[in-house]
Amino acid sequence: MAPRDRALLELALRLGDDALILGQRLGEWCGHAPTLEVDLSLTNIALDLIGQAHHFLAYAGELEGEGRDADKLAFRRDVLEFRNCLLVEQPNGDFARTMTRQFLFSTWQHLLMEQLAQSRDPRLAGVGAKAVKEVTYHARLASDWVVRLGDGTEESRRRMTEGLDWTWRFVDELFEVDASEAELVAVGVAVDRPALRPAWDARVGDVLGRAGLSAPIVKRGVSGGRTGRHSEHLGHMLGEMQFLSRAYPDAVW
Amino acid sequence: MTSELPLWEVFMRARNGLSHRHVGSLHAADARMAIEGARDVYTRRLESVSLWVVPSVAITASDPGESASLFEPAQDKVYRHPTFYVVPYNITHI
Repeated sequence: MAPRDRALLELALRLGDDALILGQRLGEWCGHAPTLEVDLSLTNIALDLIGQAHHFLAYAGELEGEGRDADKLAFRRDVLEFRNCLLVEQPNGDFARTMTRQFLFSTWQHLLMEQLAQSRDPRLAGVGAKAVKEVTYHARLASDWVVRLGDGTEESRRRMTEGLDWTWRFVDELFEVDASEAELVAVGVAVDRPALRPAWDARVGDVLGRAGLSAPIVKRGVSGGRTGRHSEHLGHMLGEMQFLSRAYPDAVW
Repeated sequence: MTSELPLWEVFMRARNGLSHRHVGSLHAADARMAIEGARDVYTRRLESVSLWVVPSVAITASDPGESASLFEPAQDKVYRHPTFYVVPYNITHI
């Protein structure tokens, strides 16, 4: 496989795995959310993300050329082969932490998909353009909850602060780029992730300001997801997510 | 949590040209969150092109105890239905 194709495959896996893993995490709320309204909100977002994951991973499978489709990539890869960022694999925690994670991620993903829709790769551009509308709503919903919880009761504010403290260390990784992806940026295929940071800081800062919250100070972020170095949480999550497909390989709906 | 959040009535318009119809209710902290909740609960399968939400406390309902005086007098006034004239043979869709 040519280096450029290898890089494109990696990119498709990163985009797909971000969506897949967060979709699975949100799905864990199904039947457990505080209210019926929230239950449906979270699972709607989950389904949007899994739809995006399907498109990205199907493309990755074609690029790889070894006959693996989106399902094979989702349910038969081991943890070291996943390329999602660390933020999305973090446990749900309480509702405030889930919403904090969603707010940070969706604000970032919105900027990312807007740019991806301009990609010179027509497949990536197509998925990006479709995703923008979905993610616009995700970011709006999560932002509204952050404001209401941050500016709500003493307890909701405390939980939001704890949510920010937990999730903030995973922010820097969202804006990292490695050498192979930088080559795709140079030819207009991949999004220049570091260039998204100022707009992200502005949007997140605006919402936190309205919520009466402030960004925690983190000395050093953690990263590694893009090269398969994950937190312990991802393996446990995959154990549940992949069980059925691995235990009953020929199962059909 | 639910008990602390006010109740909202949800109305939706299925297509342009139709009027909004009441479809149900939900709990939300404020109007904007009620719209978002209504979007997620009631419009997942392309049911709507427009949503209204109204605080349930803003709705005044008729008193069931007054049903007899309010509604029953209409029962024997069949002449109010426009059925007492002949439709010309070449007029359709009536």
